[in-house]
Amino acid sequence: MDRLFHSKKFWLLLALVLAAVASQLSGHINDYYLYVIKIAGINIILAVSLNLINGYTGQFSLGHAGFMAIGAYVAAYLSKEKSAGLFHLLGGGSPALVVLFVGVLLAGGLLAAVAGLLVGVPSLRLKGDYLAIVTLGFGEIIRVIIQNTDAVNGASGYGGIAGYTTLFWAYGCAAVTIYVVTSLIDSTYGRGFLTVRDDEVAAEAMGINTTKYKVLAFVLGAFFAGVAGGLYAHATNYIHPSRFDFQVSILVVVMVILGGMGNTAGVSFAALLLTFLDEWLRFVPKYSFVPEFLRPIGNNRAIVYSLVLISLMLLRPQGLFGGLRAFGGRPSRQALKAG
Amino acid sequence: MTGIDLSQKLTDFTQQLVNGVAAGTFYALIALGYTMVYGVLRFINFAHGDVFMVGAFAGYWLTPLLMPHFAGHLAPFGICLVLFLSMAICALLGIVIEKLAYRPLRTQPKLTVLITAIGVSLLLEYGGQFAFGSDPKPFPPLFEDSTLEVHGIFIQYSQIIVVGVTAALLVALSFIVKRTRLGLAMRALSNNATAASLVGVNLDTVISFTFGLGSALAGAAGILYSIYNPSIAPLMGIQPGLKAFVAAVLGGIGNIPGAAVGGLIIGIVETFVGGSSFSSYRDAIAFAILIVILLFRPAGLFGRAVTEKV
Repeated sequence: MDRLFHSKKFWLLLALVLAAVASQLSGHINDYYLYVIKIAGINIILAVSLNLINGYTGQFSLGHAGFMAIGAYVAAYLSKEKSAGLFHLLGGGSPALVVLFVGVLLAGGLLAAVAGLLVGVPSLRLKGDYLAIVTLGFGEIIRVIIQNTDAVNGASGYGGIAGYTTLFWAYGCAAVTIYVVTSLIDSTYGRGFLTVRDDEVAAEAMGINTTKYKVLAFVLGAFFAGVAGGLYAHATNYIHPSRFDFQVSILVVVMVILGGMGNTAGVSFAALLLTFLDEWLRFVPKYSFVPEFLRPIGNNRAIVYSLVLISLMLLRPQGLFGGLRAFGGRPSRQALKAG
Repeated sequence: MTGIDLSQKLTDFTQQLVNGVAAGTFYALIALGYTMVYGVLRFINFAHGDVFMVGAFAGYWLTPLLMPHFAGHLAPFGICLVLFLSMAICALLGIVIEKLAYRPLRTQPKLTVLITAIGVSLLLEYGGQFAFGSDPKPFPPLFEDSTLEVHGIFIQYSQIIVVGVTAALLVALSFIVKRTRLGLAMRALSNNATAASLVGVNLDTVISFTFGLGSALAGAAGILYSIYNPSIAPLMGIQPGLKAFVAAVLGGIGNIPGAAVGGLIIGIVETFVGGSSFSSYRDAIAFAILIVILLFRPAGLFGRAVTEKV
């Protein structure tokens, strides 16, 4: 029994079953709540995948929204324009739909992974703040390219995407992402990622191929961000380049930092927390107990994140749950020193 | 026939160049702040673009307050006063930011400081929206703008003023950096911080001074930018800030003349791309330049490559 609880496969299966059950029961939930819950699942995927790059491998990336955008647009384009023929070819019905949806999500993820490869290559030469700006620049370039792509309506936005993303897909994919990332971290690869973060020079001196691990982190992180993008497109039914600007990347970074860099459980929890907090703050202007001068915060929610970031860095740079091994964290040497 | 075409093309080219230089001055002024702060602290002050925005808003607030007292012939003094006061407000802001947010983290890993800087940047942007609302505001005109025509090339007075003020500020900056004790201390610090503190350079004072100087230049850029494009908003600092950072890297980060040249190059390239058939890629071009520079010449045009010691 004890071994069962320590088996990641068991937890993955349990999560998938729970997601499927929840999905069946979701008919009773108000549409808006359901949408927010789905977005929370998608944000878990984004945060956990960024954590692989930022937290475990120590490569500070600010371009996650760009990878997400690629996944979203590729998946939406394929499912809207290219899938009708395939749907009939597969014999129609819900099994065909499942195959198709998995297919478009994977395609989005793979293209995002290719972009991750392109970003990973300069990351070999850059560190810290330089890398942050280059990844930010990549994200912006991707956005501008999409804005200029007529096949997906460019700057006027791309609508009419089928609402395939159910609770099962959002949380099922989140569970798979967590499973892959945690398994990876406990493997030889995981040691590789962690050594790159903790001491690149020492790692290299020990004969570890640091290049391989950096690029791998970017490719995998981008893949899952792409899948998250595909899920997002099929949850909102309408996407626009401005929904993938660098504020989105920053929000994911805040999730990772709040949860503690290099701590999958903490980061997932922070993703849930921030999604719900973000939605709650939207309604701040409507509550009577909120004083008049605080009401504009509903439209300027980033103030809250900025205060969270600054106070965390000044008071608890390892994040809320960072540095806690009990939470499955892999604190960096610096975090250990600080804590 | 071809002669006319050629002269027309030359006129167009010169016109674009004029516009590009004017646009480049803002990037140059902002880039100087990035480069100086990087020189002394080795970190990118993400919030620098937002100090530029605060400069513009300071001008927005000061102009109706001060300009009525400077009518007619006194107007140039009024403009200078608005410019200097806005620069002072920004300098103060820069010093306060450094003191509250960056100084306590000086011994922490660089990433911690970078994240804090992102936080400060968001705070200024959305704090600005919170206070002023997100809709763009018209910047009050400081003087009557008109256009000058020289051989078919149109030059606005505001362009002349923008370029002139920038040139004056650059001269002043180079005087401060090269001829004053604080400037000397700044250069010493950026050369070797430990050695500088050993010979009695007060790190805290010099770092505060550098932040103040850089932020004052960003404030000046904010005023000049608003004279040239009289519509200001709390998020206006994001894009110019990022592009000015690219300019600083292009010139070789830490290199003061490099930042000015880099800014002009970015402004000119952007204007030319904006006038070509690729105009919709205008906002991406600076980042493309950044990636190319970092791949092929990471030290920038004027920087010297530094070998990392282990």
